[in-house]
Amino acid sequence: MNEGLSLTAILVGIIHSGIRLATPYLYAAIGETFGQRSGVLNLGVEGIILMGAYAGFYVVFQTGNLFFGVLAAAVMGGALGLAMAFVSITLQAEQGISGIGLFMFGLGASSLLFKTTLGTVEGVSGFPELNGCLSGLGIQSDFCAGNIPIVGQIFFGYNLMVYAAFALVPVAWWVLNKTTWGLNIRSVGQNPQAADTLGISVARVRYATVTLGGVLAGIAGASLSIALLNIFQENMTNGMGFIAVALVYFGSWTPFGVLAGALLFSLINALQLWVQVLGLNIPSDMAVMLPYLLTIIVLAVPFKRSLQPAALSKPFERGEN
Amino acid sequence: MPKRLISSFASGKIVSALLPLVAVTGALLVGALILLLLQKNPVEAYSAMFSGAFTNKNGLADTLVKATPLLLVGLGIAIAFRGGVINIGAEGQLIVGALFTTWLGLTIGERLPGWITIIIALLGGTLMGGFWGAIPGYLKAKLSVNEILSTVMMNQIAIQIGYYLLRGPMIDPAELAAGTNIPQSARLPRSLDLPRFTDIAKALGFTERAKDLGLTGFQAQLYGLFVEPTRLHVGLLIAIVMAVLVYIFLWRTTIGYRIRAVGINPAASRYAGINVDRYVVLSMGLSGALAGMAGAVEILGLHHRMFEPLAVSAGYGFSGIVAALFGKLHPLGAIPSSILFGGLLVGGDKMQRAVQIPQVMVTAVLGLVVLFVVSSEIWSRRRANRRVSTNNSNASETEVSV
Repeated sequence: MNEGLSLTAILVGIIHSGIRLATPYLYAAIGETFGQRSGVLNLGVEGIILMGAYAGFYVVFQTGNLFFGVLAAAVMGGALGLAMAFVSITLQAEQGISGIGLFMFGLGASSLLFKTTLGTVEGVSGFPELNGCLSGLGIQSDFCAGNIPIVGQIFFGYNLMVYAAFALVPVAWWVLNKTTWGLNIRSVGQNPQAADTLGISVARVRYATVTLGGVLAGIAGASLSIALLNIFQENMTNGMGFIAVALVYFGSWTPFGVLAGALLFSLINALQLWVQVLGLNIPSDMAVMLPYLLTIIVLAVPFKRSLQPAALSKPFERGEN
Repeated sequence: MPKRLISSFASGKIVSALLPLVAVTGALLVGALILLLLQKNPVEAYSAMFSGAFTNKNGLADTLVKATPLLLVGLGIAIAFRGGVINIGAEGQLIVGALFTTWLGLTIGERLPGWITIIIALLGGTLMGGFWGAIPGYLKAKLSVNEILSTVMMNQIAIQIGYYLLRGPMIDPAELAAGTNIPQSARLPRSLDLPRFTDIAKALGFTERAKDLGLTGFQAQLYGLFVEPTRLHVGLLIAIVMAVLVYIFLWRTTIGYRIRAVGINPAASRYAGINVDRYVVLSMGLSGALAGMAGAVEILGLHHRMFEPLAVSAGYGFSGIVAALFGKLHPLGAIPSSILFGGLLVGGDKMQRAVQIPQVMVTAVLGLVVLFVVSSEIWSRRRANRRVSTNNSNASETEVSV
C-alpha cells in the first residue's frame, strides 16, 4: 500500500473521483427519467451517448469551441431522441427491442464516423477544472477555495459540466413536480387514457420528453469526450447508457433518487479504481464487476416497484381497452 | 412485453412476410445515405460486401461459420421472446459457455476419447449458459427485476469473470513463460476440434478438387465449399438440428405450448393453472443455454482456445437478436436469416479490405434493421386488427339474423 497517502487523502480522493464519474450518468439518467415518467422506455441511451460524445468531440477538435461542442452533442442527441420518439410513439414499436436497435446504430455509426473522420485517438483541451481561485476573478491573491482541506477539495476542482449535471437534479425535480408540464408528463405515464380525456396530447408530451431525454443523453456523451476524458474512442461508454437506464429504476423514477443512485454507483466505481491505484491485493477484474453486481442487487429491492409509471413501455392508442 | 410483437408476427400473410425484406432494404438505403455523406460510393461498398460473402467458397464458408453462432443465439432469443421475456444477455451467456467449455476441454484433456470429451464440453458450455440465463429469469419471476437491465449487467459480469480467469487460473502457461501475459487460455487438444466439412468429405472419399473435376464458376465454388479445406465445421449442422428441435419443442410439446401461452397472455395462463414464474425461468434458462451452446461451438469448432471475452462473443448476442427478429421469431425462419446476417458480417470485413469502408458500418446497418423491423410491424398489426374487427361485425350480424 502507498505509504505517502493518509486515509483522509484517500477518502477525499475517492469522493472527488466519484463526483466526477457521476456526471455522465446524471445527464443520461435524468433525461431518461423524463421519458420513463411519460411512459416511454428508451433503451437506446447508450447509442445516443456515443453519438453525442462523437459529435461534441469532433466539433471541439475542429473549432476548439467548447460551447459549440456541447451544442452539437445536444443537437445530435435531440435528433436521435426524436427518431426514437417517432419509432416508439407514432409507429408504436416494441420499446425493449427498438432501443437495442438504436444502441447498435449509435455504436456502429459513431465508430464509422470516428474511423472515417479521425482515424486515431486524438485529444482536445476540454472544459478546465475550476479551483475557485481568486486570481481567476482578477484579484491579486494566491487563495484557492479548492485548496481548503477536505471541504474545498471535495467541492472544488471540477469543470462546468460537472456542476451543471448536479444543478440539473433540482431543476428536473421542480419541472416534474411543480409545473403543469410536469403534471402532464406524470399523468400521461400513469394513465394515458385519462390524460387524453382531459385534453392532454399524449403523443405531444411523450415526443417532448423523449427528445429531451435524447438531448441530455447527447450532453452526457459530450461530458465524457470534452469535459472528463477529452478524447473519443470507439465504444468509449462500455455500457454506461444501460447503467443510466438502470439508475432510473434504482432511483424510483425521481431526480433525487437518480442522484443518490448515480453517486452510490460512481463512488463504488471510484473505490474500485483506487483499490487498483493503491495496489491492494484484490483482482482488478473482480473489482470492476462490483458496480454491476450491486446494480442487480439494488434492482431486486422490492419496495420501489409500486412507484413505476403504470403505462411504462406501453404504446398508447386512442380507443384501446 | 414482447406480446404485441408476437401477435403481429402471428398474423401471417404475404404483406407481413415481406415486411422484413422491406426493412432490410430500408436499412441498406439509410446506410447508403450515410456512405454518401462520408463521400464513399455505396454501390461499390455493397457490391464488395455481396461478392465477398456469397460468391466464392471462402466467403461462403465464413458466412456459414458466422451464421452458426448467430443461429444458435437467435434460437435462444426467439424462445425468450416467445415466452414473454427479453434476453439482452446472450453476450454474457455465450462467454460463460465458451469459458466453461474451454475449462472442461483443458481439464479432461486427452484422458477420454475425443468425441466423448467434445460432447461433455458442448453440454457443459450449454448448461453454463443456461444457468447464466436462468439467474435473470429467476430474479424476474421472484423479485420482478426487469430482465432487460439484469441481463445487461450479467453481460458485464461475465466479461469481467472471463478476464479474471484468463489472466489468472486459466492463462496459457506459454503466455506466462514468455512473459507476454496476453489473456488467453492454452490451445485445446486437437482431438477436441469439431470436424470440418472437408474432413467429412475426405472420410466419405471425396478427394478430388473442383478443378480436377473440370468444374468452373459458382459450381466450382459450391463444390469447394463442402469438399476443399475451408473453416466450415459441423457446428453449422448442430445449429440447424437445434433449429428443428426448437421448432418441435415450441410447437409440438406441452411445455413449448405453455411457454408460448405465457408469452401471449401471462394472466390467462396463470388462470389456466400454468406456473408462470417457473416458465419465465425456463424460457430464460433455455435461451441462455442456446447462447452457451453457441459459445461452446465457437470454441470447439473455430477458436480452439478462449481469449478476449468480447472478441469471442463478437457482438453475436446483439446480432443474434437481429437474426431472430428477421426470422419472425420462428426457429426455422432463423436459419435463412442467420445466413443472411452472417453474410452481412463477412461482407463488411471484405468491404473494409476492398474499398476501405470500416466494417463497423455493418453494426450500424444491423441496428437500423432492428429499428425498421420493429417499426414496420405496425402495418401487419393494423391489418390483423382490421380482420378481427370485420370478423366481429360479421359475427354480430349473424346474431341479429338469428
